[in-house]
This record gives sequence, C-alpha cells and structure tokens, in this order.
Amino acid sequence: MYTDKVMDHFSNPRNVGEIENADGVGEVGNASCGDIMKIFLKVDDGVITDIKFKTFGCGAAIATSSMVTEMALGKTVDEALQLTNAAVAEALDGLPAQKMHCSNLAADALHEAIKNYREKQK
Amino acid sequence: MKRIYMDNNATTAVRPEVLEAMLPFFCEQFGNPSSVHWAGRAVAGAVEKAREQVARLINCSPAEIVFVSCGSKGDDFAIKGTADALRDKGNHIITTAVEHPAVLNTCKFLEKQGFEVTYLAVDCDGMLDLAALEAAIRPQTILISAMWANNETGTLFPIEEVGAIARKHRVRFHTDAVQALGKVPVDVQKANVDLLVVSGHKLGAPKGVGALFIRKGTKLTPLIHGGHQERNRRAGTHNVPAIVGLGLACELAGQELALKMEKVRRLRDRLEQGIFARIPEVKLNGHPTVRLPNTLNVSFAWIEGESLLLNLDLKGIAASSGSACTSGSLEPSHVMGAMCVEITLAHSSTRFSLGPDNTEEEVDYVLEILPPIVQRLRDMSPLYQRHLTCEECSIVKRI
Repeated sequence: MYTDKVMDHFSNPRNVGEIENADGVGEVGNASCGDIMKIFLKVDDGVITDIKFKTFGCGAAIATSSMVTEMALGKTVDEALQLTNAAVAEALDGLPAQKMHCSNLAADALHEAIKNYREKQK
Repeated sequence: MKRIYMDNNATTAVRPEVLEAMLPFFCEQFGNPSSVHWAGRAVAGAVEKAREQVARLINCSPAEIVFVSCGSKGDDFAIKGTADALRDKGNHIITTAVEHPAVLNTCKFLEKQGFEVTYLAVDCDGMLDLAALEAAIRPQTILISAMWANNETGTLFPIEEVGAIARKHRVRFHTDAVQALGKVPVDVQKANVDLLVVSGHKLGAPKGVGALFIRKGTKLTPLIHGGHQERNRRAGTHNVPAIVGLGLACELAGQELALKMEKVRRLRDRLEQGIFARIPEVKLNGHPTVRLPNTLNVSFAWIEGESLLLNLDLKGIAASSGSACTSGSLEPSHVMGAMCVEITLAHSSTRFSLGPDNTEEEVDYVLEILPPIVQRLRDMSPLYQRHLTCEECSIVKRI
C-alpha cells in the first residue's frame, strides 16, 4: 500500500531527534487521531541550518515527517513556508488516499515551527 | 526472509486435508445438490455429511444447521431475521459494545428501522456484567446478542450464564462464535444458545463459507428470497466444495481441539511472558485469564500500532493492530474504546493470534525482533520524551 519512497523514509527516517535550544518548535496533530508530529529548527540568517523531528504515528506520518525535514533543510524560512503537505506527499510518490487527510501533516508542523521562530524573533 | 504468521484471528490457511477433500467437488462431482439426477444425488450426500460434521462440533442436530456464505451473513441473518420475525413481540435488542462490526452495524441499521438497541458496556478487561445484562431486559426485548470470544482481545464472555439469563427471561439468544470455534469447546445445549454463527476460514476451511445454527422451533425470516434450499431458510445454490471443506475442518477441529490448543496456549504464554520480561511499559488488553488460548493483545506505550506492524512485516512477522490506521477510520478500535484503554495505548494495540502451526522458534524470533523495534519507535516518539516530565500530558486525552 505504500510506495518504495515512503517505505525508505519509514525504515530509515532522516533527521530524527530534537534540537536543544531550538530557534523554533512546532507541533501538530492530536492523540485521538493517532498522529503527533513535532519539528525543531535551527535558523541562521533566515536559513534553516538544522532540522529534526519526533513523530508518534503510522508509516505515513513518520515518512512525511522525515521527507519534510529533508525538503526544508538549507531553505530560507520564506521558501520553507511555501512547502505544502501535498508537495511532501508528491515527493514520496504519493500516499494512500485514506492517509492524505489524517497523516499528511508534516508541512503543517514545519509551518508551526517557523511561526514559533518568528514569534521568538519579535 | 522468515515468514511468521501470527494473525490467525484474521484468517487461517486452508488445511491440506481440507483442500484435498474439496477438490473432487469442482470438476468430477460438480452437480447441484438440489437436482434429482445422478450428478445431484452424488453431492447431496456430501452436503448432508458436512452438515452432520458441523452439528457435531457444536452439539446440535444436523437439521438445525444452515449453510451461509460467511460469518457476517450468519450474523446478519440471525439478527435481521429475528427482528422481522419477532416484530410483533417487541422492538428491543440487547448487545455489547465490543461485538464484531457484523453484529454492531447490523444493530445500527435496525435502529434506523425503529428498533431500540442497548449496547452493554464492558469492564477494563473487556468482561461483561451479567447483572447489567439482566437489568437491561425489558418486556419488549426480543434478542440478546453476545459474542462467544472477542476477536481483538480473545476475552471469553460467560456465555453459559448469558444463556441462562436469556432462558430465564424467555429472550432469544444469538452468539457470534466465529473466534471461539476450534479454540475452545462450544456446546449450544450447555449455553442455551438459539442462534450461533460459524465461519469456515477461521478454522482451516476456505473463505466464503459459514454456518448458522438455528435451534429447532426458532422463527427466523429468510433474508434471501429465492429457491427452496436449506429448508426454505437460505435460498441460493450450495457452495458444495466449500461446504465439504467446512464440514471436514469442523470435524478435525473437534478431534484436535484439546491437544492443539494446549500447544498454542503454551506458545502464546511464552510470547506473552517474553514480551513483558523484555519490554517495559506494556499493557495487556483483554482478560488476563478468561481468554482464548491463542490470542495476545498488547499495547506498547508511546508508539503507534501501524508503524509497529510495518516494522514487524519488514521482518516477515504478520500480526494486526487496533490503531485507527488499520481500522479504516480516524478512530482506534471500538473494542479498546469500550474497555477504556487510554487513547494512545488504543492506537498502539497489537494483536498476535497464534495457530497450531507456530513454533517455539518462531515465538523466540519475535521476542528477539520486537524489543529493538519498540525502542526505535519510542526514541522517535515525542510522547516518550514527554512522559519523563509528564505534567503537560493533557494532549493525551482519554477516550
């Protein structure tokens, strides 16, 4: 049911972990639907120089978290804000239909982390 | 890669001797058992033999067995057939919150048709409260439907006591015994059952065949309006090969039950004890002792079930989960919900259902593979970190 790319990111997730004293932290999802994603950012001069994630969830939740960290790393926060859940799913060669609405939240978590970073900047 | 199958509550392989018994009924003995000629007569006897074999397993008369096409059909027939036949007597049905969807969704359908349904709660072990059952009975109650064994947890309801209460109050009693057959003794006389459902593929017969026990004198409206098959109770040409397979599978299940299930129980206990010894923060779901000998349902705190299943699958191990992702909805298993399992634990619930073909080596392989997978997923989980400083766990809502 999952593509090879999803299984690759699920089996060997990139950038798992936390960043101490992160510049931005974002969390989305809730326990009742079974997916919680948390993203940690390090930002230098408006560029994402380090990114880590922690996820409680299914195969799609873990794979999208891993993929979004890979896609966001090295981008400016403005560029990263352009990343969408749909783009993450596409980069994984697609997700099963029933996963598109529940487990495809990784870009939202990234945006929350950027929002948190910007609030800290103020 | 090793392939280890521990999902026998989902389905079982057709037993080789069952397949062999079925094969002549495809090309050589292909007749319709309703035909009077030689081709029909040859297979009519085989269908009746299968009826006797099924009847013997549950201690009823062969005439009380109706072949159906699966367990869900049997439940549907028993419940809707009763609702229609007893419509003049009352409109109240009692069932439990942990039934298989074949029962629950049929009851929900009947609610839309004007029937009232009481869904009895269960306790944290998934056990039924007999006093609550008795208190729920009203003058309008026409049916009690309670499963023999729960498919997710293996918890065994006190079926004989339920049957006694039903008889005392003269209420018809239906039980979905799909998971119990071949795993524990099932006797419709002892349990005072009026309607009981059997499914072939859970005990080594093929998919697409089942049986409904209808106690003699039980008025049931047929749901398929067609020919006169099965004494006008279930129209449609018999699926002869599958029925022959079901018959033999039932006979073998009866013969081997004690021996095979003792072996399965030992393996299940080895797995259960091994998991609890090797992995911290594990919760057993279901009754600790009053349980099918083959079923183990556990939740590994802080991780989600589907990701665990995928990891096990990558190592060749087949199990199942009550997480939302595998239930086909956004909610985790209704059985976990009814047992008040905390919601992240419900998403983590993982079922190992063993069979007689499993071995000690396979159990030990699972015990070797499982702990590092659980630890890796925990290390990835934001909840696992959080529980160490767990004041802000409000996100972890209870069902």
